[in-house]
Formats: sequence, structure tokens, C-alpha cells
Amino acid sequence: MTNHWVDFKNSDVILIMGSNPASNHPVSWKWIQEAVNTRDAKIICVDPRFTQSASKAHLYAPLRSGTDIAFLGGMIKYILDNKLYFEEYIRHYTNATFLVNPALKMPGENKGVFSGLTNGKYEKDTWSYQTDGAGVIRKDQAMKNPNCVFQLLKKHYSRYTPETVSKITGTPVDKLLEIYKLYGSTGKPDRAGVDLYAMGWTQHTVGVQNIRTMAIIQMLLGNIGIAGGGVAAMRGESNVQGSTDHALLFHIWPGYLGAPTASLPTFAAYNEKRTPKTKEANSLNWWKNFPKYSASLLRSFYGMNMSVDEAYRILPKLDDGANYSWLTIFDQMYKEKFTGFFAWGMNPACSGAHSNKARQAMTKLDWMVNVNLFDNETGSFWRGPGMDPAKIKTEVFMLPCAASIEKEGSIANSGRLQQWRYKAVNPPGEALPDGDIMSEIFFKVKELYEKKGGPNKEAITALTWPYGKMAGKHFHYDPRKVAAEINGFFLVDKKVENPTKKGEFKEFKKGDLVPTFAWLQADGSTSSGCWIYCGSVTPDKGILPMRRDTADPTGLGLTPGWAWSWPVNRRIIYNGASVDPQGNPWDPSRAVIKWNGTKWIGDVPDGAGDPGKGRPPFIMKPDGVASLYGPGLADGPFPEHYEPLECPVDKNLLSPQKNNPAIKRFDKEGVGSDLDVYSNVTSCDPRFPFVCSTYRVSEHWQTGVLTRWCPWLAEMQPGMFVEIGTDLAKEKGIKNGDKCIVSSARGEVECTAIVTPRFKPFNIDGNIIHEIGIPWHFGWITTKDRPYNPGDKKAEVFTHGDSANLLVPTIGDANTMIPESKAFMANVVKKGVK
Amino acid sequence: MNVSRRGFLKLSGAVAAVSGLGISLTPAAAHAKELKIKYAKETTTVCPYCSVGCSIIVSVRDGKVINTEGDPDSPINRGSLCSKGGSIYQMAVNENRLGKPLYRAPFATEWKEVEWEWAFEKIAENVKKSRDASFKKTNAKGELVNRTEGIASVGSAAMDLEECFTYQKFLRGLGLVYIEHQARI
Repeated sequence: MTNHWVDFKNSDVILIMGSNPASNHPVSWKWIQEAVNTRDAKIICVDPRFTQSASKAHLYAPLRSGTDIAFLGGMIKYILDNKLYFEEYIRHYTNATFLVNPALKMPGENKGVFSGLTNGKYEKDTWSYQTDGAGVIRKDQAMKNPNCVFQLLKKHYSRYTPETVSKITGTPVDKLLEIYKLYGSTGKPDRAGVDLYAMGWTQHTVGVQNIRTMAIIQMLLGNIGIAGGGVAAMRGESNVQGSTDHALLFHIWPGYLGAPTASLPTFAAYNEKRTPKTKEANSLNWWKNFPKYSASLLRSFYGMNMSVDEAYRILPKLDDGANYSWLTIFDQMYKEKFTGFFAWGMNPACSGAHSNKARQAMTKLDWMVNVNLFDNETGSFWRGPGMDPAKIKTEVFMLPCAASIEKEGSIANSGRLQQWRYKAVNPPGEALPDGDIMSEIFFKVKELYEKKGGPNKEAITALTWPYGKMAGKHFHYDPRKVAAEINGFFLVDKKVENPTKKGEFKEFKKGDLVPTFAWLQADGSTSSGCWIYCGSVTPDKGILPMRRDTADPTGLGLTPGWAWSWPVNRRIIYNGASVDPQGNPWDPSRAVIKWNGTKWIGDVPDGAGDPGKGRPPFIMKPDGVASLYGPGLADGPFPEHYEPLECPVDKNLLSPQKNNPAIKRFDKEGVGSDLDVYSNVTSCDPRFPFVCSTYRVSEHWQTGVLTRWCPWLAEMQPGMFVEIGTDLAKEKGIKNGDKCIVSSARGEVECTAIVTPRFKPFNIDGNIIHEIGIPWHFGWITTKDRPYNPGDKKAEVFTHGDSANLLVPTIGDANTMIPESKAFMANVVKKGVK
Repeated sequence: MNVSRRGFLKLSGAVAAVSGLGISLTPAAAHAKELKIKYAKETTTVCPYCSVGCSIIVSVRDGKVINTEGDPDSPINRGSLCSKGGSIYQMAVNENRLGKPLYRAPFATEWKEVEWEWAFEKIAENVKKSRDASFKKTNAKGELVNRTEGIASVGSAAMDLEECFTYQKFLRGLGLVYIEHQARI
């Protein structure tokens, strides 16, 4: 999230698209409603279903799942045609003025794809910028040059007329125009608009480009960096922001440092490759500091046990261009490429796309460790539906861990706010905190390598682990020590020049906490487990995420003394773009930062140099400006509408290219497995005629791995259902409460029918298309009718039904490989009806 | 007193019946209210479910959670909680929580309770065996990769920040590259 939850109250127009906060982030509605009550803000909700959020919106429009880019592309055209954009903002703070290689071809003139496509992969040489002899990007401040980004944007989206958009999305033209007009009204300096999105945008083959399209709109309207603006990624887990920051993902290392790859054999080569360079005179290019963060990270692994060069050398490297993400893991597992598997605090038997493939894959393992609070479909996969335990070789350890209130530590919410939690009670029985469990396993593995040796053993034996002490039989993990490690230390006595005051020096002693990441060093004299968290622990005030000061000096809800947010306690990132190039807030009534003559006051300034000095504020971009044109992505520098892989139409009405050309198809020869089957790809498949989407309800969380075991919640939402529009239900002879079977090319799941006017049929280019929806919180472990062994835990309130992900295809976004759970094809019939 | 939801409903039913007889229960209700968190120790926590980050006050007496409620001091939730946040009590007070490590041997049809020490040792041996058998010093091109290809990990956004850091350090120290979690799905 660029801004934070409380900041919703500062918005004038709140666009809810790709999410349903009233159901899934219910308390956020306090701040949405505050905006309505205090500033007469308007709420727009765009969703295939009339959701709880829609019921509270001033303006609702339906759209067919998977057509968001068409919808938003039409909005870009409307904003450009009606000159609703914030011209000064885009001229100074975006790459609108940049001139692009004249060889670039765009989808409208190139059969639906950008130039450079070969075998599902783009060569991007034609996507480059024009540069002068010195390598500086050529620009046209008037934004008239036909090759400038602004003109290319106009040209690209000129095809997205309301009529075409309406035929694709099923949204009536008058609704489109009403929404475009209202949201476009936030392009004025004294108006702010925000979009709230969640998995409704990410879980598509065009997921990243969905968000890019909105980012373009926000840039055009000058809504980034301001109070009440931004793009709000409302994340689905309490600490998924933090777990991403700490890189529990294959492609990054903590603090968003790109993971080392095989073609970069030395630390020097890695730093050289990963550190961006720029020829733009005024750009700060913050990532030029990359080597300070990478060196400090390596020190947090091995301390002074080896040089940073050696630490880099012994740590693992990816093959260049290879993908090790979720869908690949379960594909490789199914093909017996792994012997061991940790499913730690996760339930992939219900959460992964194509759960049957995930469940089958686990039968191919030699061993699996599952750490959780309750028995679950993953730990017990070997006795699930259709499994014969006598034939399954997998050795399984199901380890009981402490709940959040049974240990201490911190989590980071969507607003990057790191808050500390305290231990209230002991865990039940012998359950242990995750930190204790992983420490014990680490020490045992380390001991084995010390005794018996093994390949590259120093990578394990030299890891530092000063994270607690033995207490009785077990190692007691101390999160406060780890919080300090993440912040970072000086590892030697050192005199360092103040990064913000040339000529002023400060002496540090070995063991001193590093004050902020600006003080981190590239020479191995500092450590930091995640540079963006550097500054969260201080010698005098301790762990800042523990703070509870509710003062709000700006009145904008920044509350700078409540906990701590990364980076450097900044509450609204990119806030340097909330002031004009002379340093005056675009909207003085909502000033995030302002210059008082000698310094910036308000929020911690981001990218704002001294006023009038011409520093562009988007300092995390090498060229200093926000990217209307984004040549870094796998599937195009501008978002283009492509149909979901499984979709109800024969062709893309905008071009001859039906699906995203850069996605990885697991059904292709030699890629996936026999289980990777899709329907409705080349033509409509009568077996699966309905669009299907998955979603959540307030009362459950994720796969229900915790909430299904809580009787209050299970009573309120006791089982799997399918929402079916009134017309479709009539057509299929289904009544409210009937047991139904919902099926896709991959599996089926039993659901209770909820016949509802919340889903209305779509008119898609003259054809009636129905959409249905299912929640994904259920699983067989808490059902009544499954076999129970003596000693098994039994839910106090049973639920019914299994996982919605049994139906979801193994197809991912072209950039992230996040599965397309939000738009696939399915059928629904009354149970017993063929 | 250990009152389950069902028990509570029965009690409430009884109260309703008594009220129907015209007996005033007001003093008893006031008394109960006063007692609810008396002598309890309060700690604060943050909701483990969605990512809003609502603060919650946990009241503990005699080592047991007796009440959880929204923390009015939090500038984010100002005391409010949703249905899930309001049920944190049941995460701790729940007889279905796992309290003992469980082990399922190959081809076994049931779980067996085991000791932690035994489980840790066996897991460590498995890790070493899988790692040693699948460790690749170089890839097909002969480039140095130092990775363990035979073990994968998923998880977890359900852990604390500090645990996430420590866990990835452990996994990368082992040489794993197949490291993923909730953020990808």
C-alpha cells in the first residue's frame, strides 16, 4: 500500500475494484465511511457480483471477471479525451515526456501484441527510450512528439472506446461513463482518489497489468503521493507484507534485493548487475545504494565468520531465467523431483490452484514437515478423499505451534506498519513458537554437518544464530534479539561521514545499532537483515514498533508515534510528489509534507530535495519519475486487454491475440503434467459454460485452516456454497439451498446453492453470459462424514464441503505466476443431475 | 467456569425464562459485568487474520485467556473488530488445538504422538539425507550454484516478521531455492 488504512478518510472518491473490503477487510470500512461522512466522498464499486461493498457504494457497476484492463483502459481514454489529467504533475513527475524508440509497435498495429515477441517471450530492444549522445533520455516537454510516452499512451488507448469496452466487460455504456466521469474528477489538485484492490486483481493471467492500468490512471490524475490517494493493495494476511519484505519467495532476498543467479558468480558481479545506473542529472537513483544493503544482508547471515565475497559464493543461486515459484513447485513435486517438503504455517492442499494436483504431488514425497495450530488437509493429506494411506510412502511430521497471542514478535500490515504483539498465555500442551521449532531443527542439522560433514557444509555451520538461549530442554527463541539483527549493527569500530551532512562524522563502536539505512556500509562493516527495516530499533527508544503514542499533528491520521512503518517511519510513500516542483503542496488543505523555509515538516519526506532544485521525487526509479510507460514487465510496456485463459468468448474484441502471449502454459508438451488440463481455450466448451470466480467471506480466513476450528465462526458460515444468479438458477432448475455440484476441467466440489440477484447475466457482445461464485475457505478435515481415527480432533461445529481450489487452473500471471483463481470456466448442476 | 457457546445459549435461555417470570436480574448482570476482567492481566496484540492490523486487548487470569476485545487506543481500529478479530479468544481457548507433535510413518494409517526431541532429530536426518543427495555445486552450464534441489518450502505469512527473517536464513543456508509462500497465491 502506498498510503495506509486510516488515510482512506482523506479521499474524495474511493474506487473499490478488485476487492471487497466490507467483507474482507471490514474494519477498513470505518475510514471509508469517515470519508463519506466528513468530506462527502463518493464510493464506486466495480465487481462481477453485487458485494457487501457494492451495497454501501454510491455507484455500482458489474463487469465480467477478467476484463478489468478493458474497463480501466476505457477510463484512461476518457481522462485523456476530456483532458481530466493533471498536466503539471505528469510533465514533471512521470515519464510522459520521454521519447520511445520509433521502432516500437503496439498491439493496435501489430496483431494484438507489442513488437519483439518470439515463442511467448518478448525481446525488448524496440521498447527502449531514445537517448542523446551522452546517454540521457530524450524528452519533449510539450508532450507533442508522436513517439513521446504521452502520445503513445493516447494512441494505445484510443482503441478502448466505451462501446468496445462495454461489449467486452458487459458493463452498460452509461455506467462506464458515469464512473469515468466521477473518478476522473480527482485529476484536480484539490481532489484525491484511491483504488482499493486485493486478489480480485492479482489472481489473473494479466494480474500485474491490472494494477499497472490503475497506476497509470493514478499518475495521470496526480493521485500518487498525496493524502487520500495512492493505490491500496489490501493484503490478505496479517503479515504477508512482512513475509514478502523478508523474501519468503524464490526471486528476491530480504529488502527486495534480486536473488543471485548463476551467471553472477562473484559478489562484485552481482552488485554491478543489480545496481541501476542513470544519466539523468537530477535523479537521486536511490538503488545506487544496493551494494550497502546486499553486503549488510550477507553479514546478517554469517557475521564475521567469513568475508562477504565468500558468503555470496556459498549461498544458493538460481539458474538465469528459471522459475521456482508456487506452480512450478507443485509441478516438480508431482514429477517426483523433491524428496523433502516444508509446509510451514500453510495449507497448500486447499490453498493452491488445482488442489488435486497439490494433494497428489504430496504422495510423491519421502517426507513432509507441516507446522500448524490445528490438524489440516495438508498434514493429513494421506488420509484425505480418494487417498489410500497403505499406498502412500510419505513420512509426515505435524508439529504444533504457538498462536499469535502465545508468543511475542511483530507483524507488518498493508500500510507497512510494523506493530509489536506480546505474549498473553502459554501455548497449549507442548506446542512451541515457530521460532523455537526452526531453531531446534537448525541446531540439529548443524550438529549433523559438524559431525558428519557434507557438501558446502560451511553454508550451514557458519550461519550465525544468536537468537536466544537454552531454557530447560529447548532453545528459547528471542524475537527482540532478531528485531535488532534485522535493524542491523556496526560490526567494527568505525568513523562514518553523515550521509545527509557532508563533512560531519560520527564514531560508531562495534555492536552499535545502525541508526537508519542511510548509514549502512558496502564494505562489510555493518549488518542488516532487511535494510528497509533499518531504523526500527534504536539504542534510546528500543523497539519502535512497540510505540503507542496516538498523537496526530497533521490531522491526516499519520500518527507517527504509533508503532513504526518502513521505510524510516514514512506513512505515505512517494510523498515528494504531493508538492509542486517549488515545494508547495498541490493541496494545502491536505499537505502531507510542506517546506517551512528550512526543512520539511509533516510526514517523513520521500524524494523531496530542497524546493526548486529539480529533483524528481520517484527516487526508487533510476530516472526519478513514475512510469506511465513500463518497459520492465514481461508482457508489455502498456497494459493491453487479453482474455483469461479460460473464458466464455471465442475471440478478443480488441485484437486477434486472445490470451496474454507471455504466460506459461502447463498443458504444453514437455511443460506440465497429465493433470494440467484447461477448458475453453481455443473455443467455447459446452461442458463448462459459466465464468467462475472465488472469493472470501468475513467469517473465515484463507483456507479456513484456523477459522473452521473456531465454533463461533463455523456456526456463522458452516460450509461451501455457490452463488447463482436468479435467471441461471431457473434455467438449471436449482432452488435456494439445493445441493449442487460445481465442476471444472480439473475437478468438482459439492456446494449449497444460494440463488441470488447479486449475480446478473452479462451481455457480452450480444451473448448472455452467466457468472457464478464460490468461497475458498473450506476443506474436508472439519467435515462430519469423513473417517475419524481414535484420538482425532473433531470440530465442535462441523463444516461441509471441500476446497474451491480443486477447480482452479494451473495457469499464472505472466510476471508473477500468481494463479488465475478469479476467472475460469465451470459448470453447476443440481446434485444427482447429469 | 468454562462456558461453551452452546452452554452459553442454554444459560441465556434459562435467563430469558426467569425474566419471563418477572424477576429482575439487573443487580446480578451488573455484578457479572464488573467481574468479567477483574484481576486479569492485560496484554495487547494485533489480529492475526487480515492485513488491517487491528489491535486487540487480551485479558488473562490464572494463565487462561478470559476475554479478548478491540483496543480503543489503536488509531486504526479504535476498538472495533470484525467477526474474525472478535473470535481470537477461541483460537487460544480451543480443545482442538494440537498440543503434541504427531508423526505418520510411511504407509501408516494413523498418527502417532511423538516427543519433540525425537521429531527434531528425525527431521534433521531427513533434511541432511535429502540435501546431500540433491545438492548441486554447479548447474548444466558449469556455473557455480551451490543449491539443494530436492527440498522445497512453502510458508509463511502466518509467522512473525522475526520468524520470517530467521526461516529464510535457515532455508537459504541449506541451499534451498524453491522457497515460496502465501504472497504468490
